[in-house]
Amino acid sequence: MSPKPKKKKKEWKRVDDREWNELRPIKIESGVLPNADGSAYIEMGKNKVIVGVFGPKEMHPKHLAKPHMAVLRCRYHMAPFSTDPRRSPAPSRRDTEISMVMRHALEPAIFLERYPRSAIEVYAEVLEADGGTRCASLNAASVALVDAGIPMSDLVVSCAAGKYDGRLILDLGDYEDKMGEADVPVGYMPKLGKITLLQMDGILSPEELEQCISLAMEGCEKIYELQRESLKKKYGTEKEEK
Amino acid sequence: MSEHFESRDLVIPGDILFEGRIRTGDNTYRRQGKVCASRIGLVEYGRGIVSVIALEAGYNPLVSDLVVGEVIDIELGRWFVDIDASVAAVLNVPDAIDAPFRPDIVMPEILDVGETIVAKVVDLDRRRTPILSILGRDLGKAEEGFIIRITPSKIPRLIGKKGSMVNMILKETGCEIVIGQNGRILIHGRTREQEDIVVKVVERIEMEAHTTGLTNRIQEYIKHMKEGQD
Repeated sequence: MSPKPKKKKKEWKRVDDREWNELRPIKIESGVLPNADGSAYIEMGKNKVIVGVFGPKEMHPKHLAKPHMAVLRCRYHMAPFSTDPRRSPAPSRRDTEISMVMRHALEPAIFLERYPRSAIEVYAEVLEADGGTRCASLNAASVALVDAGIPMSDLVVSCAAGKYDGRLILDLGDYEDKMGEADVPVGYMPKLGKITLLQMDGILSPEELEQCISLAMEGCEKIYELQRESLKKKYGTEKEEK
Repeated sequence: MSEHFESRDLVIPGDILFEGRIRTGDNTYRRQGKVCASRIGLVEYGRGIVSVIALEAGYNPLVSDLVVGEVIDIELGRWFVDIDASVAAVLNVPDAIDAPFRPDIVMPEILDVGETIVAKVVDLDRRRTPILSILGRDLGKAEEGFIIRITPSKIPRLIGKKGSMVNMILKETGCEIVIGQNGRILIHGRTREQEDIVVKVVERIEMEAHTTGLTNRIQEYIKHMKEGQD
């Protein structure tokens, strides 16, 4: 769990000594699972998520297949040891919701119409959770989809902004999420300039909401660069041998 | 009219490759008059065409492809074959035994579930289901050997220009190799050592598929490994 907030009067700092518009340290790696068609691992602060992508492959059960496009299936799951106290491994209401939200956020980026009657499966497993796992899962999922060679129009980047202690902040941690006034996760396609995920938890004025969205989009742009780097890293080191 | 990258630069889905009038090649799409990449790969600016050589891609069956597949199901008059495409391929009885289907044919005796075949894609039907045939030279049931898999997008590199790479590997190692366009490679050698060399070589080619001068480097690599074994 996150440490309790330090009470400094002079300079306002966040619970973990970040600036208001500072992201947590992020590490992304692609191609980590040899048995998956594509995979990625992300560390966003204390969040640790591993994502595997399978497909496009035949849809089972067959009656769920769509004749003109592929079906995207997402599974978001938190490992029992990912939180304190231990959580039940059975899928919860929250897991089902985030699975659906991930599906809706990723669908606009994928050319699903190129694979009729088939399925693309995305499995996100949260190994350690510290607030903002849906954003971390989405970031890893889009890297894993590229790694799987699935045709996409753009990457999907996700980042949350919110309000804590009366101030707007970027990339909320677990403590800020639970104790703060509001949390706005945003999914964003930077090259297309489209928002694919927008949720809000808490109370914000319309102006604050707009500020939160643009703040989250700024964070997304930073994460996008990291995603690019992680994808290039897989080939970059070998390229130097030329 | 402008190119946004150098030729053979690594691009990522969404990257704008070209603005202006040009044809879109493989792994690209057009968005608001701009040509963008849809897969990770190396960009290529040809004459009047922009394409991306994919580094990661699933298998997209095309007519006349040689594939290595596994029989997964039997229906009346046809077998279903897993060839790592988005849908299973179909092998009809007339394409397997060169005779029309008769009800007294015992299909599992010809091909059973779990068996591996080397086949050719002869057609794509109206729903783009690949239709296979095992009639022809070097086609049919695979009785010996084992299978390894690589990314299908790297198969052209494994074959090389006019088969230069695969012929070199055949000559240097003495193994029988069948390269399926779907990324499955059937290897059968006389000794275990020969097979080990081929597996290592294929793995190396997959790792370095996007680099230049690969055939010569692989030849040296094989020689180096052979010396190590002697």
